[in-house]
Amino acid sequence: MRTTNASTTGIAHNEEIEHPNTVSIQIFGFWIYLMSDLIMFATLFATFVVLSNAYAGGPTGKELFDLPYLLGETLLLLFSSVAYGLVMLAVHDGQKKLVLIGLVVTLLLGLGFVSMEINEFRGMIAGGHGPDRSAFLSSFFTLVGTHGIHVAFGLIWMAVVIWQVAIKGLTSPVQSRLMRLSMFWHFLDIIWIGIFSIVYLMGVV
Amino acid sequence: MNQTSIDSIGARGGSLKSYGAGFVLSLILTAIPFALVMSGALPSSVTLAGIFSAGIVQILAHLHYFLHLDTSSAASWNVLALMFTLLIMALFVGGTIWIMYNLNYRMM
Repeated sequence: MRTTNASTTGIAHNEEIEHPNTVSIQIFGFWIYLMSDLIMFATLFATFVVLSNAYAGGPTGKELFDLPYLLGETLLLLFSSVAYGLVMLAVHDGQKKLVLIGLVVTLLLGLGFVSMEINEFRGMIAGGHGPDRSAFLSSFFTLVGTHGIHVAFGLIWMAVVIWQVAIKGLTSPVQSRLMRLSMFWHFLDIIWIGIFSIVYLMGVV
Repeated sequence: MNQTSIDSIGARGGSLKSYGAGFVLSLILTAIPFALVMSGALPSSVTLAGIFSAGIVQILAHLHYFLHLDTSSAASWNVLALMFTLLIMALFVGGTIWIMYNLNYRMM
């Protein structure tokens, strides 16, 4: 019955909520994904800590890290996270226009963060301090780069959701996606707290 | 629209006030470790302890104000999953550091 239904109604069928708990099940499932991602980041952090003194005669964190620049990155990501929080308030109030404005602001702040990080990596690699220089730098690029790739994919996801809000409006499935993206976004900001504390600040002390 | 969908973790219970409180707290808890490291005023052991505690408090603030994790029954499964994850993380990170430093020490 479902297959005939799906073939005739196509996308519309997909937009229905089939079960009263669908959204909360989706959100809990996404939470479990975030927990598995957290374990992956934990292993990368452990690798970094073990290799954090393996300079192989190359530069140390103290010589490489630019703290005012890092503070700029940190604030961009924090502002982005708070902006997304305000988006969720607008979603709750059903204000589509505010949701779109807030999402675009969040996207631009996140884009600023990724651009700053790419610029930092580019400068380090151009100066001969790329991931091939030492075990310390390999683990640095792996950990920070993995976080950066997560943020970049979050931005792609955000662009898609902006488009969906604009076209479909704040329907239940779109709201569910907005919520999962908000969890992803706040989660990445939490990982960044670990990165700027353990990798950068502790590396400079 | 669909009120039940809002009653979930990640969106539930948020208000302008709680996001504002989380934001101000995060700014302060970011400023403290940066100021400690950039000024270099305190001995490094105190600075390290400061970075560590500010980081942990900020993570808890984010979980509370932005992800709305609390002790309510609606969040209990999420908190349980997080607790289990923290256990696994403690085994991975603690075990790795312990074994690798021990190995390093014995190979010297």
